[in-house]
Amino acid sequence: MRIITGMPGQYIPSDYLPILIFMMIATAFGLGTLVVCSIFRPRRTYAEKLTPYESGNPPIGEPRMRFSVKFYIIAMLFVVFDVEVVFLYPWAVVFDKIGLFAYVEMMLFIFILLVGYIYAWKKDAFTWD
Amino acid sequence: MTGFLETMFSPGSADMILTIGTIVVKIAILIGIVLLHVAYAPYFERKVIGHMQVRMGPMRVGPHGLLQPIADGLKLFFKEDIIPAQADKSIFYISPVICLFTAMSTLAVIPIFGGFVIANINIGILFVLAMSSLGAYGIVMSGWSSNSKYAFLGGLRSSAQVISYEIAMGLSLVGVIIMSGSLNLTDIVAAQEAYPLKSFIIPQIIGFFVFCVAAMAETNRTPFDLPEAESELVAGYFTEYSGMRFALFFLAEYIGMLLMCAIAAICFLGGWNGPFEVPYIPFFWLLVKVYAFMFIYYWVRATVPRYRYDQLMSLGWKLMIPLALFNVVLTGTIKMLR
Repeated sequence: MRIITGMPGQYIPSDYLPILIFMMIATAFGLGTLVVCSIFRPRRTYAEKLTPYESGNPPIGEPRMRFSVKFYIIAMLFVVFDVEVVFLYPWAVVFDKIGLFAYVEMMLFIFILLVGYIYAWKKDAFTWD
Repeated sequence: MTGFLETMFSPGSADMILTIGTIVVKIAILIGIVLLHVAYAPYFERKVIGHMQVRMGPMRVGPHGLLQPIADGLKLFFKEDIIPAQADKSIFYISPVICLFTAMSTLAVIPIFGGFVIANINIGILFVLAMSSLGAYGIVMSGWSSNSKYAFLGGLRSSAQVISYEIAMGLSLVGVIIMSGSLNLTDIVAAQEAYPLKSFIIPQIIGFFVFCVAAMAETNRTPFDLPEAESELVAGYFTEYSGMRFALFFLAEYIGMLLMCAIAAICFLGGWNGPFEVPYIPFFWLLVKVYAFMFIYYWVRATVPRYRYDQLMSLGWKLMIPLALFNVVLTGTIKMLR
């Protein structure tokens, strides 16, 4: 929250103040519903009710099991490509003002990225089996 | 801190309280409207899908089942809240609130018509994408903390799917930003007025296509509803949730859908500009476009079968991302040549 007190007695709110208030209201709404609800709802639990759902059978083994390494590869690829998208945004905003130089630079950037993309494709990072 | 206190007790504090009061009233109105919509969106969905399958949809509660959402809401409100004994309690408690928080906060930057937006910030689209990224935390945390195999698998699948399609979605919006030269959603609508149909739909048709597909994947809707594929994963990451906690996930999902429809309407379809002005209802055309997009969501659900997980991933990485990148290069080149 940025408060500018340039002139005495004048208050200019930041553009982001409404977002902060909105976030507070959203959180309060979520928590408030749960709190109000906890007053009204019944509470009749027993041990069987509190077991994890597994189609009626007693659960076997550890639920947090080992999972495919593919998920890690997807996560790493996401980091690489999402950073690229973030680089494209400021370029797109000032595209009109900076002209040909930035255009060539960015095409070069996308080309280099494309090389990496093709490498990942050839290494079967995108195939799921 | 002293600066803040000085401001609090300065003569301008009345101004500040007035400003904050206005913001709170605006937010309350917006949340009220959105919640009313979200209550009736599932009703609309059930009616549409019902009629597509030659059924009537909900008919029992009230005339044409119009009171069905109220009955559903009351039922969820009075349901018992079951928390599995081995669950990670604090994370289990907090994750539905995180999902709702991220979906709701995004509403702050969505302009409803010319002058009505709660936070008119200059990084609108970036804020929307940041918040939808944060939404993945709620999903992962709920899947992990439930201590159930179905929830765990659902959470994993969902997070991988959401982050994969987020890249395609981010790239598909770059074309719009190049054409409008701004990240502010109000400015984007204003920039579209000069184009045919008062929208970017013709020059950005590839981007629009990629955005639509990515929006369906981001909100975990059919045909990409693998995280909650009921025939294999029961309900995915919220299998163990019941009562009001489940309702919060449900709310977050439908607010997310509404947001995606609103962003598609604002960025690609010209927002509140229409063929003619409707008197007294400045948001008329935005509403029409949002509902049309919503209808397409339901139409697709009634038509297309679910994808297989490897098909989903290869569609995202091998088709949508190259297509979106191609759109960026094409838009940039055309803009450069003119």
